[in-house]
Amino acid sequence: MRTALVTDVLRPETLLAEVSATRNGAAVLFVGTVREVNDGRAVTGIDYRAYEAMAERELAAIATEAAERFGTRDLVVEHRLGSLALGEASVVVAVAHPHRAQAYEASRFVIEELKRRVPIWKREHYVDGTREWVGHGGAS
Amino acid sequence: MPGLFFSVPPDFRAGTGYPDGMTLDVLLFASYADAFGATSLRVELPEGATVEALLGSVRALRPEAPLPRALIAVNQEYATPGQQLREGDEVALIPPVAGG
Repeated sequence: MRTALVTDVLRPETLLAEVSATRNGAAVLFVGTVREVNDGRAVTGIDYRAYEAMAERELAAIATEAAERFGTRDLVVEHRLGSLALGEASVVVAVAHPHRAQAYEASRFVIEELKRRVPIWKREHYVDGTREWVGHGGAS
Repeated sequence: MPGLFFSVPPDFRAGTGYPDGMTLDVLLFASYADAFGATSLRVELPEGATVEALLGSVRALRPEAPLPRALIAVNQEYATPGQQLREGDEVALIPPVAGG
């Protein structure tokens, strides 16, 4: 089990290899990427910022909860911070389990909890030159 | 990132301005950091003031700013509105998060 905030480019295949083991019959790899459109506005890139000390704690807590709930410690999560271009991976969740149902559920649990409670913010940059913190209302 | 602290009002320089007061440095992020032009803010509150009181006094400093609702984290954990604050607590305003 491992969680991290990183500034380098994410390597999903490395995380998948990290959770792979012969005791497992299933591995699920989730990759979140920067999308070109959000709420009908053309996006050119995203800045991710975090309250790093707390984000690290929350991420680790979510991984521990997932491990207990779904019965696997073969779980790795990395979230990238900084300026990302379209198509780049912002988050990777790799989970392996003896059975596929729990692997899928653990993967979904981790990403939903991450989005709900880890103190990370994103500022989208738009084609018209404006930028906005997502979910905070109002452009700046 | 260096913290840009707001200057403490003159009357408060000798102390906290409250008989049993405390000084807290509040960490700001995203739209809150933009609205205050700083990554942290020094506030004076009575000892034992609640999270709710802190949120109210911070927002009162920028009544015209269209700030989103925020939660408060105390010592890197989400706090409840009625939770009491203590001198030395690490306090942060957490506006709506958007990881992933």
